[in-house]
Amino acid sequence: MLAYIVRRILYVIPTLLGVNVLVFVLFFLVNSPDDMARQALGEKNSDPVQVERWKEAHGYDVPLFWNGNASGIGRVTKTVFFTKSLSMMWGDFGKSDMTHESIGDEIVRRALPSLCVTAPIFLATLLINVFLAMLVATARGSVTDRVTQFACVVFMSISTLIYIIAGQYFFAKLLRWTPVSGYLPGLDCWKFLALPILVGVISSLGSGIRLYRTLFLEEINKDYVRTARAKGLPEWQILFLHVLKNAMIPILTNVPLQLLMLMMGNMMLENFFSIPGLGGYTITALNAQDFAIVRSMVFLGSFLYVVGLLLTDICYSLVDPRIRLG
Amino acid sequence: MVEIWNSWWFQNTLVGLLVVSGIAVVLRLRRREYWRLAYREVCRRRGAVICFFVLCLYTLVALIDSVGWRDALRDENGELMRDPRTGKVVYDRGGSALDHLLKGISSKKEKTYSSPMSRESFMLESVNRDGKVLRERPPLKHPGAHLLGTDRIGQDVFCQALKSIRTGMVIGILTTLLAVPFALLLGVASGYYGGLVDDILQYICSVLSSIPTVLFIASFMLIFGRGLPQLCLAMGIASWTGLYRLLRGETLRLREEEFVQAAVAMGVPSWRVLLRHIVPNVMHLVLITAVLRFSSEVLAEAALTYLGIGVGSDTISWGTMINDARTELTRDPIIWWKLCTAFAFMLGLVLPANIFGDAVRDALDPRLRTQ
Repeated sequence: MLAYIVRRILYVIPTLLGVNVLVFVLFFLVNSPDDMARQALGEKNSDPVQVERWKEAHGYDVPLFWNGNASGIGRVTKTVFFTKSLSMMWGDFGKSDMTHESIGDEIVRRALPSLCVTAPIFLATLLINVFLAMLVATARGSVTDRVTQFACVVFMSISTLIYIIAGQYFFAKLLRWTPVSGYLPGLDCWKFLALPILVGVISSLGSGIRLYRTLFLEEINKDYVRTARAKGLPEWQILFLHVLKNAMIPILTNVPLQLLMLMMGNMMLENFFSIPGLGGYTITALNAQDFAIVRSMVFLGSFLYVVGLLLTDICYSLVDPRIRLG
Repeated sequence: MVEIWNSWWFQNTLVGLLVVSGIAVVLRLRRREYWRLAYREVCRRRGAVICFFVLCLYTLVALIDSVGWRDALRDENGELMRDPRTGKVVYDRGGSALDHLLKGISSKKEKTYSSPMSRESFMLESVNRDGKVLRERPPLKHPGAHLLGTDRIGQDVFCQALKSIRTGMVIGILTTLLAVPFALLLGVASGYYGGLVDDILQYICSVLSSIPTVLFIASFMLIFGRGLPQLCLAMGIASWTGLYRLLRGETLRLREEEFVQAAVAMGVPSWRVLLRHIVPNVMHLVLITAVLRFSSEVLAEAALTYLGIGVGSDTISWGTMINDARTELTRDPIIWWKLCTAFAFMLGLVLPANIFGDAVRDALDPRLRTQ
């Protein structure tokens, strides 16, 4: 067991290093610091002197990989790769290219609003989807089942944009139940969060119910269910006590990964509802062409994913001994 | 890259190649019993057949819109205009065959918004009548000509929605065409050869798949600029890993099957084993994934375009239409037709694609069938 966990943890490091190098290639080799400076300064005032000055001010004036002018360990550490890319491995995200604010501080500040939107959506979606999928699974093969299936496909075929726009129009503009967008820190934020959460839950209903229904139906055909039926257990007991427990294994082991990814926020919702979370931060940076922030967010997202996957794998191996022995 | 992409001959060759290879694949598959059975299975569902025809209709519009078309310029007497030096016929800037067909509607421009089939403008204007200033809706230049109304700069919404079909279809098809060969080649090689090849490919796959898709596409578009080809490439790179894993697993299973073992024992070279025995047996997975993913890619385009990381605002797509329409809903009275048109056209493509995809999956892989 321990050997499995250690092996699994050790695999995280090369993966993160790979992500780091890939990000470096995209952001520094394909698009050199000179290009970045010219994009930041604009076409008009991008003469070589100003480009150099911009690079110096933002710390891009050192060589990419190998600094021959420095001595000792500085040859490796005084490079763009080390100060701008590799440093993200130990949580040093540096400063924004545009506003010079520390990206790390901003991430810490914005993680909570992001979580306030995504965590309730995640929990509510899980509960509602499992419950509805269970009901559909009990009625499998009936007209209700087929109607629900079709409704799910229709729900899936509607763009998230439409859900958000329609939600804002009906609940905020026509009914005036909630504000259209905005955010307040503290407990008052629920007024602003109610609508994004509702929209988030509704937009994931279609695919969620379908997924869980398939999961449940896979379980229902297994031998232990037949045994339970043969014993004469009522159908609802089989479903809610036996099938649910087993079907929840893949769902619940996935929770650590989901929880970490929730922190990255939901770009679409945060952007539409002006919630100052990490998703909105990324979109603002993208539109402002702030490469430092985008770079950091890509790495942070990958980091959370890799760590989440690690936790999920460990959870799975705790529950299912076939994994760690295989 | 963008110049070649936009050039007239490149587009027409590409469209021709796609159509010919599509027909060739269908003709080849018809010879195999397994695919004929799957075809009959799909045909048994009336809903799936209807959806297939809707998809064909969309494809037809997209194809017509992909064929380059240039009109020869004529002078006022109707004579062909020729270059004074070379004597060659002069052509206009060129567009697609669909542009040519729609010229009748799209050239009828209004000043600004007008509601569907309306005879008067949507906006009130001050008119001086008998010395009194009145606020009234002026009549349109082309009353009743706009089936779905016009937008802020007076362009026909119906035309825009038709033009968006191509963007959506290109995204759905080209992304798949980019991702599938990669995934097929690498997945099959990875599963069949194992060892170092497998380790390296799996490492690359785990690195790529650990970057959240949206963020990967976003940084790709930030570096390479916004546009349809870039978006297809970015989505292609971001999406091959899932299919790769699926195919690798299936190949691992097939490698141990008796017919493969027999072929290996008889001394068949490994590339032939792959081509004759492995690849045909994973093709159903490729097709299922491609069909099921098509719709999500069309939806993703709209979302990404809204976020400012999709196609540029100069490319007409449902994403840009919805993006434009967002501010129109805050007006009073609201302007609903652009949003509703984009929504209806999108649903008209994505819903049949989903239903047809489910039917194809059920027909090709009974194990995955939803009971």
